[in-house]
Amino acid sequence: MNWEPLILTFELALTTTIVLLAISIPLAYWLSKTTSRLKPFLETLVSMPLVLPPTVLGFYFLLAFSPNNAFGSWLDEWLGIRLVFSFGGLVLASVIYSLPFMVQPIQAGLSSLPPSLSEAAATMGKSGRTQLLKVLLPNIRKSLLTGIVLAFAHTVGEFGVVLMIGGNIPGKTRVASIAIYDEVEAMNYASANTYSLILFALTFALLLLVYLLNGGYLKRFWR
Amino acid sequence: MIEIGLHKVLRTPGDEFTLEVDLEIPQGTLLTLYGPSGSGKTSLLRCLAGLMTPDRGRIAVGNKIWFDSSTRTALKPQKRDVGFVFQDDALFPNMTVLENMRFAQKKNDPRSDLDELLEVMDLQGLRDRYPDSLSGGQKQRVSLARALAQKPEILLLDEPLAALDAPMRMNMQDYILASHKKYGGTTIMVSHDLPEIIRLSDMTAVLEKGRMTRKGPPSELFMEKKLSGKFQFTGTLLSLEPQDVIFVASVLIGNNIVKVVVHPSEIEGLLPGAQVVVASKAFNPVIYRVKKTEHHNPSPNEI
Repeated sequence: MNWEPLILTFELALTTTIVLLAISIPLAYWLSKTTSRLKPFLETLVSMPLVLPPTVLGFYFLLAFSPNNAFGSWLDEWLGIRLVFSFGGLVLASVIYSLPFMVQPIQAGLSSLPPSLSEAAATMGKSGRTQLLKVLLPNIRKSLLTGIVLAFAHTVGEFGVVLMIGGNIPGKTRVASIAIYDEVEAMNYASANTYSLILFALTFALLLLVYLLNGGYLKRFWR
Repeated sequence: MIEIGLHKVLRTPGDEFTLEVDLEIPQGTLLTLYGPSGSGKTSLLRCLAGLMTPDRGRIAVGNKIWFDSSTRTALKPQKRDVGFVFQDDALFPNMTVLENMRFAQKKNDPRSDLDELLEVMDLQGLRDRYPDSLSGGQKQRVSLARALAQKPEILLLDEPLAALDAPMRMNMQDYILASHKKYGGTTIMVSHDLPEIIRLSDMTAVLEKGRMTRKGPPSELFMEKKLSGKFQFTGTLLSLEPQDVIFVASVLIGNNIVKVVVHPSEIEGLLPGAQVVVASKAFNPVIYRVKKTEHHNPSPNEI
């Protein structure tokens, strides 16, 4: 049993989730407050990965980051970054692919808070940053947890994007979902079954945790 | 002195009117804003706090300019030193009562100030409770206490006592008066309650459809004749019934219905629903203690 694909999968999901959290909080905060005309366009862009086939996304990443093209070769020559068939490329693609799963719950959470909360904090002399960190985010813990777990689980489950831009390099880009496909092609059903069962159990446990926490079921046991 | 001169077009669904206010408020005044719903009272408070930007005009507090459209000056709410009590209590759900008040306090103010405030507002027993576990009246008390913890130059109160019942309302009115005198700031309060306005305010401004139609001391504004009566209560006229040669008016004052004899010459313009003042002047009132068993006065914690 080779654990490498599973470890790689969770490394990827963890990195992606952390990067997503850092990007999504300011983005969702801006989207929840803005009256800009750009808002519907940005919201559409953020939500695109929900409906677009992952292979489409992967295909354009492949084109954009390929060292044979202008942008890809510029990245390669000037910054020494090669995003095709590398872990870095996988993280970038996964961040974009899972963006709606993080942004949407946080944005919905922020929009559901009464505006008087941040207004009250503003009249107390608190900056936008303090309002966000001390007042807004602590009151949308459920939405944050939902975003984190959904983005994590969605990254664990991705296949098309990874296959297109990452390929199947053991230890580098061969995540569990690719490994399963590979084992099935090689008729190693037993091995494919092990990977599948582990993914199934883990994602089930993760989602169950969200429902338990957000539904308040756990509190009943603690009290 | 607070000088306000502002102009702002307000749009509500199906309606549009202009808020136009010219007002000078001496330092230390307790001003009430009175007027029908949707007349722009809350918007005026929001413009003062910097939560809403007037289309044009000028707001100056002392020698500081808070807003001036001609020089494109607009101080952010953070720089204005106002305390705002919102119609919804706007308490931070993630903080306890005490934490809410601490968050509002200015950096260099001592924590011990809060103990006094908790004491006077009768909130000691609730200090470690979260807003979710409080009743509507308790939340409003905490909300007011939080704004006072900030010791603002101007205190803006948007119907702060609306959710309270009569005894608590009286308590809070006392406390607003006391703290207003103690801190010497300026208080601007929206209220629909005539007894409250007459009891609390030095000056009242009446807003109708965005325009300030009248202003002055409430006793002059709301009582057409200057009365020298020793006793006067404001109430709502419930009914006016003819009886032989006179009329009997039933007036709701607080929770009591009082019957008053009215001469036919006085009934003109009186319709059920009207706010009226009932005054008596010629005889000596009698005072006696209310028996505790008959009337249970709820303590603030029960409310």
